Amino acid sequence: MTVETVDGVVGALPGLNTRQRKKALVREAAIALGIALVLMFIIPAILTGLGQGIRVNQLGRFLALAIAALGIDLIWGFTGLLSLGHGIFFALGGYALAMHLQLQDGQIPEFFSLYGVSELPGFWQPFRSLPFTLIAVVIAPAVVAAAIGYLVFRNRIRGVYFSILTQAALIVFFNFFNGQQKLINGTNGLKTDTSTFFGLQVSDPRIQTTFYAFSILFLLGGYFLCRWLTSGRIGRVLVAIRDDEPRVRFSGYNPTGYKVFVFAVSAALAGVAGALYTVQSGIITPKAMDVAFSIEMVIWVALGGRGTLVGAILGTLIVNFARTLLSEKFPEFWLFFQGALFLIVVTVLPMGILGWLRTDGINWLRSLSGREKLITYPSLETDPDVEYERKNLGDSESDG
Amino acid sequence: MNEKILEIQNLTVRFGGFTAINNLNFSLEQGELRVVIGPNGAGKTTFMDAITGKTKPTEGQVFFKGKNLRPYAEYEISRMGIGRKFQTPRVYQKLTPRENLELSGARKKNVWESLTASSSTAERRTVVGLLETIGLAVKADIPAELLSHGEKQRLEIGMLVAQSPDLLLVDEPVAGLTDEETEKVGDLLLTLAESHSIMVIEHDMEFVRQIARQVTVLHQGSVLCEGTMDEVQNNPKVIEVYLGSEEAHAA
Repeated sequence: MTVETVDGVVGALPGLNTRQRKKALVREAAIALGIALVLMFIIPAILTGLGQGIRVNQLGRFLALAIAALGIDLIWGFTGLLSLGHGIFFALGGYALAMHLQLQDGQIPEFFSLYGVSELPGFWQPFRSLPFTLIAVVIAPAVVAAAIGYLVFRNRIRGVYFSILTQAALIVFFNFFNGQQKLINGTNGLKTDTSTFFGLQVSDPRIQTTFYAFSILFLLGGYFLCRWLTSGRIGRVLVAIRDDEPRVRFSGYNPTGYKVFVFAVSAALAGVAGALYTVQSGIITPKAMDVAFSIEMVIWVALGGRGTLVGAILGTLIVNFARTLLSEKFPEFWLFFQGALFLIVVTVLPMGILGWLRTDGINWLRSLSGREKLITYPSLETDPDVEYERKNLGDSESDG
Repeated sequence: MNEKILEIQNLTVRFGGFTAINNLNFSLEQGELRVVIGPNGAGKTTFMDAITGKTKPTEGQVFFKGKNLRPYAEYEISRMGIGRKFQTPRVYQKLTPRENLELSGARKKNVWESLTASSSTAERRTVVGLLETIGLAVKADIPAELLSHGEKQRLEIGMLVAQSPDLLLVDEPVAGLTDEETEKVGDLLLTLAESHSIMVIEHDMEFVRQIARQVTVLHQGSVLCEGTMDEVQNNPKVIEVYLGSEEAHAA
């Protein structure tokens, strides 16, 4: 009799699973699309109606940052690589687009005259082309990440050593960008808001609305890219690498290729984020490669919930709006708050907000609404034998 | 002459000043089931590390199907057809048994192939069959971290088989198992031995007696003697270094 059930389960599960999975996927896509439409058309109208039009721009910038957070979640939450150097890739994307915008009026950018440079440095030339620039926003960070990643991963540098190396690389890049006045205006960075783009000034509301819309579109695209990556075969390999990398080699996989690939994808996402953030804030400076900023990206993901993707987006929005609102009211207070936030996440919510919601949070909400608690012993909850017995007992009761 | 699937010539592995494997010669016939025993620190696990590419030999060669393994990395050696089971069950905890088996059994393991590949019907059918063989069909879709120790041991052996290797290296497959489970694993290995070459490292003498045909005794990084279980047990050298010392401990 047990054998029968075993066969039944085996026969039924795979088919049911794929159908259920497909349904869930369609539902998820619909929800994501719905949220994107609300963000694009309804939220700006409400905020402007409330006289808070400036928040639309902030929201757009934070949505851009959330794209970078998705990348962090991809490598940290799923693959176990804690990068503290994503500011590099963020800045590369930002600088690429800013260079294109600086070249809009056909002359060489103004700041060059300050340093007595009369001829445009050669590497600026291709940035006159918009298609080249757009490709560079994605490809430049990806190539740099792949190069760093290949050297690091091939030599089997892992864990905290990888984190330290990424931070060291960040400082190298920061110092380079900061010191090169004659190439990229050094510490002053590149301004974008006074440039013209498609005949309009970049700070023009019409252009800004477009960038806001693009932020939402790219965030949506980034989300689905990450979902696709993490739900397929490659996602399983990434999780396997996170949990037991040496074992993966003996299963016949070479982790180096996978890690280089996912690190490059994550960097490309950061590049896109940097470009969209730059045009919405009007300037990119080497401060984007501040050590603190790269660590902050990790905090967003930690707060929202590692390995959840949605958590990365949520965490970014929460932390950044909290910062904006708090530092408007109490300018000195924010850093303490940020520290406290990080401590709370590490000690009370190790799996972040979403991780908590998926485990203890459900029970807490149920107890609030006066419903019974779920049994929280997971192996009991999912054990098919136990489930079978429960069902069987139920049946015999109803029969009797 | 029967072709040897594994041939090891003058293998030496040193870590700093410590010699873990010392001028070891060893060979395994196609289709053979061999048990390797030896007291703690005899170099059994290092021996496996050297075969699977985890540790590179300081001197000497390892030949698999006549091919020198020195230039290859672990994952390449694994793809050539050497599967390895670890001492403690190492399954991918957050993946389900089904996913564990699919991952191990995939024919295409490059990044680009993994990006687009989904399991073929044949692969999926193999996985379902394997799940039944190792008795995990009902628990196929819960995370592997929720399995018991014995179930994880069986799952890892299943993962090994899914790779369809020609040579299985199995490191202490019954450590921490009950007598009943030990016998199950033993039967599983004997069934596998019909179609694979297998090398088992084991401490549990009861278990060795159950499965062993040919036994190799390692001592201080080299082969002390080889033969059937009875021959080995009556060899005075073996009694002295291994069985004797154990009896001395017991007494």
